[in-house]
Amino acid sequence: MVSEFKDKYQLVIIGAGPAGLGAALAAEERGVKDILLLERDYFLGGILPQCIHNGFGLDYFGEELTGPEYAHRFIDRIPESTVQVMDETMVLDITPDKEITALNRHQGVQKIEAKAVLLAMGCRERTREAIKIPGDRTAGVLTAGTAQRYINIEGYLPGRKVIVLGSGDIGLIMARRMTLEGAEVDSVLEIMPYSSGLVRNKVQCLDDFDIPLKLNHTLTRIEGDKRVERVVVSRVNDDLEPVPGSEQTVECDTVLLAVGLIPENELTKQMGIELDPVTGGAVVNEQRETEINGVFACGNVLQVHDLVDYVTEESEIAARAVSEYLSRRRKKRRKKIKLTAGEQITYVVPHRIDYVYQDKDKKTLKLFLRSSVPVEEAELKVVDGRGQELISSRKKIVTPGEMETIILPLQFLDEDTEELTVSVTKASQGAD
Amino acid sequence: MKADIVIIGGGVTGTAVARKLTEYELDIILVEKEADLASGTSKANSGIVHAGYNADPETMKGQLNIQANPLFDKLCSDLNVPFQRTGSLVVGFNQQDLETIKQKKENGDKIGIPGLEIIGRRRLQKIEPHINDRARWALYAPSAGIVSPHELTIALGENAAQNGLQVMLENKVEDIETEKGALKAVVTNRERIECDVVINAAGVYADSIARMAGDEMVIRPRKGEYFIFDREYGDLINHVLFPTPTETSKGILVTATAHGNLLVGPNAYPAGKEDLATTSGGLVEIMKGAVKLIPDLPRGGVISSFAGLRAAAPSEDFIISPSPSVWGFIHAAGIQSPGLTAAPATAERVEQLVKGYYPSERLVKKDDFQETLPEKPHLYDYDEGDLEDWNEYIDRREDYGEVVCRCEHVTRGEIIDALHSPVPAQTLDAIKRRARAGMGRCQGGFCGPRVVEIIAEELGISPREVTKKGPGSEILQEKTKDLRLKKKTADKENRDNQRQEGKYKDPAQDAAKNAEQDAEQATEQAAEQDTEPKTEKQLQQVKIESGGADGE
Ligand SMILES: Cc1cc2nc3c(=O)[nH]c(=O)nc-3n(C[C@H](O)[C@H](O)[C@H](O)COP(=O)(O)OP(=O)(O)OC[C@H]3O[C@@H](n4cnc5c(N)ncnc54)[C@H](O)[C@@H]3O)c2cc1C
Ligand SMILES: Cc1cc2nc3c(=O)[nH]c(=O)nc-3n(C[C@H](O)[C@H](O)[C@H](O)COP(=O)(O)OP(=O)(O)OC[C@H]3O[C@@H](n4cnc5c(N)ncnc54)[C@H](O)[C@@H]3O)c2cc1C
Repeated sequence: MVSEFKDKYQLVIIGAGPAGLGAALAAEERGVKDILLLERDYFLGGILPQCIHNGFGLDYFGEELTGPEYAHRFIDRIPESTVQVMDETMVLDITPDKEITALNRHQGVQKIEAKAVLLAMGCRERTREAIKIPGDRTAGVLTAGTAQRYINIEGYLPGRKVIVLGSGDIGLIMARRMTLEGAEVDSVLEIMPYSSGLVRNKVQCLDDFDIPLKLNHTLTRIEGDKRVERVVVSRVNDDLEPVPGSEQTVECDTVLLAVGLIPENELTKQMGIELDPVTGGAVVNEQRETEINGVFACGNVLQVHDLVDYVTEESEIAARAVSEYLSRRRKKRRKKIKLTAGEQITYVVPHRIDYVYQDKDKKTLKLFLRSSVPVEEAELKVVDGRGQELISSRKKIVTPGEMETIILPLQFLDEDTEELTVSVTKASQGAD
Repeated sequence: MKADIVIIGGGVTGTAVARKLTEYELDIILVEKEADLASGTSKANSGIVHAGYNADPETMKGQLNIQANPLFDKLCSDLNVPFQRTGSLVVGFNQQDLETIKQKKENGDKIGIPGLEIIGRRRLQKIEPHINDRARWALYAPSAGIVSPHELTIALGENAAQNGLQVMLENKVEDIETEKGALKAVVTNRERIECDVVINAAGVYADSIARMAGDEMVIRPRKGEYFIFDREYGDLINHVLFPTPTETSKGILVTATAHGNLLVGPNAYPAGKEDLATTSGGLVEIMKGAVKLIPDLPRGGVISSFAGLRAAAPSEDFIISPSPSVWGFIHAAGIQSPGLTAAPATAERVEQLVKGYYPSERLVKKDDFQETLPEKPHLYDYDEGDLEDWNEYIDRREDYGEVVCRCEHVTRGEIIDALHSPVPAQTLDAIKRRARAGMGRCQGGFCGPRVVEIIAEELGISPREVTKKGPGSEILQEKTKDLRLKKKTADKENRDNQRQEGKYKDPAQDAAKNAEQDAEQATEQAAEQDTEPKTEKQLQQVKIESGGADGE
């Protein structure tokens, strides 16, 4: 792309993953003109182009797509849109008054002024250090996403005999990918008593390939001279502490770490925006707007989503909000509503409700949340400050690995509501 | 090969000596067993330029510390190495600590350490707002500083290389040849170098080198482990913070690094010469120690941990002396802490010893000695205010406009500079040490693949040959599909063999259906039998079939 960006835009979006792409197109549809989408990589689509497995799009497109296919549903629409895209352009800094400093080969360091900014920087993977695995510092220890990029984009295999730490979706999928490439996967270790991945992924990635999943197990040491030669695996107790005497040595040349994602919020922090310590993303209102007026966030930079379909959904919420902000159509509530994560809930997004909605096509508000423990026969509940239950719903099971949603009819919120608490408990027998 | 002087070891001692000696018209070679300079203790320490109040002027290490500290401003500015005189504080909590602090001040004043002061709680809390509020006194030493130890080492080596030093990496010294008590040659795994003078700066292996020449020496490594925190927390503190040492323990220090990360450590216990592993017990010990000074240490902010080995001689002092048995052989050994601080002075001491082996007319100073290393631009040195000044570099080369490492903001141009520096980086770790790519919070997760690609492109090698830190640490093992192909071909050959031996029955129809399962099983069997030579052959075959496994 040899075009040049200008020094002023209505909307500048940082990151062209599904969040940024989806928001750019949706904002245009809602009448936002003059949109710039900045991406630091040399391809668009964020993490999707390296996710060549299928399982994307079931929710949003009603069909099963691979990651690259899903991304292309959006990328292909860009040329006929008015959205200007600059790839290989890194955003280095944003000021609280929305001045962006970006860098690329052709234009060098440039400043851009924006009326609205949308943060869609995605996330990065947690490393060996974040979970502090002691031992030698050898080659052959890498995150699952890096391995995925080497295999699916660069065409190289980073190891022959592998152990995977972490049984979230990324760990499960990479265990299968390595096996399909001819590597031997010894096992997938999971420190918790349950896998945090989707059930279908556990079946299709591990069971179908006879890869053992060791629950309540973790890596306690990595050994090797130049490259990993062996690792020590230990069982953990209820406090997740390794049990002395349970150590087993496993010979392998590669350790894949799939131990969680961290929203990439360095720019957000530079702007002085408050982050939620639980999600690692910005604190936002229902418009996905941060503390700074006109600065929005969506996608994995806001909260780590399990499914890209939810990312797209969130990008549309943010795009709509941006258009409302730019056309000054919003009306503030008299009192803000604070949302609180109650019993057995780790977090709820949004964190606040700031606006009143009168138009006909906005009748409900979707709350996104995660439980802190698996709960069977679960009842999700929203209670207001006076202890009155606004809405509840039943689920066969909720687990921390799968994001839950509650749809809250806006008519349930009256002028004086100031507080909502969301909780999940085991449904009492017989009650409905 | 021939040289006047061979230096063994590319740590801060070896490179500082090299830089000093390249001032003379001498032919000098530095040999280092690893794939880069600064691969030993010089990359894994606290990075503190000690003020010297601890120094015992009776010891060699004490003298050199005092002598070297004032040299750092000019040295680091000449070599563009990050260095800050932050000052240090020895923090005391009780009466006994105060006594120790007073003793240190007295000692420091006596040997002329400038500006020492004992400060009270109020001032302490003002200059270190996050300090434990039970801290009551501190010894303030304004002349202490922090330096980037690996960058100093590499810069010393590169400046020496600019002045004619030949650096031979991946050359492990295996023998010292002598003849009638005089030095003849240094023999590495690759070369034999005849020379007049050898300097033994081999860190924890200085004793092995000494024994090759027939000298007795013992070096017992003492390990120290560390945690590094995200740059975000660098401004939590303003000085190097030491606890007051007790009889039994020196305690855990908290400091910023020259690049603004927070560093805590080290502990100390005996370890093997190759044992750089971090341990869970050790890391717990360090964290516990560190929170005594800074209680609100952000435990979640750790981005890396590592360990270093102190090369301790039984005397607990440096051994900088000529060999008693071999003419021309000089030891710079037992260089434990404060070896980093002492390095510039150590080099001068070694220079004096070298002079003893040459008639003065042989030792002519070069008139074109370059004292300074050309500056290499680094984007991370720029912040919001002056980012636009970076355009000056992009105008020169567009590669400075392409960010490769997102965490530390390292551009392609900087990585290419590292690959072509006077001592060229050849590995991922070497690039990390010169350009910081991969040193940040994601630890190379994102930029690793890009850096591998750039190394391969620039050096004209296959990505599979790119290593983390030299042969044996290749990042990538196979092209995708090759491992599978190899397994399948090995499996087919195995079947062919079995068929020849009449053991194999062809399950004609099932074969197609169960090919995959078969393959797996047969490979397992093949692996059990001895199939080495076959695999070799198969490997070649695969290469030919796929048009050379490395492709384009
Ligand atoms: C390894 C991995 C595997 C996954 N597998 C699945 C799966 O199987 N199924 C599924 O449904 N979901 C999967 N996901 C989740 C899904 O892909 C993500 O939810 C989705 O990609 C998130 O979209 P995003 O746009 O928020 O972030 P990303 O896709 O990460 O995109 C963010 C973009 O922002 C850019 N950016 C960041 N900072 C800057 C800056 N300063 N300047 C310019 N550009 C910047 C990045 O380069 C990136 O392109 C996976 C995620 C990962 C990490
Ligand atoms: C935990 C810890 C903290 C410290 N903190 C400080 C501090 O804050 N301030 C300070 O001043 N000092 C400090 N020190 C001390 C300082 O780091 C060392 O004194 C200094 O780095 C030693 O440098 P060196 O060149 O002698 O050894 P090294 O850096 O170990 O270099 C020796 C080199 O020789 C090479 N070599 C070995 N054998 C062979 C062979 N056979 N052939 C070829 N090459 C060979 C090795 O690979 C290595 O690169 C600390 C040390 C430790 C361990």
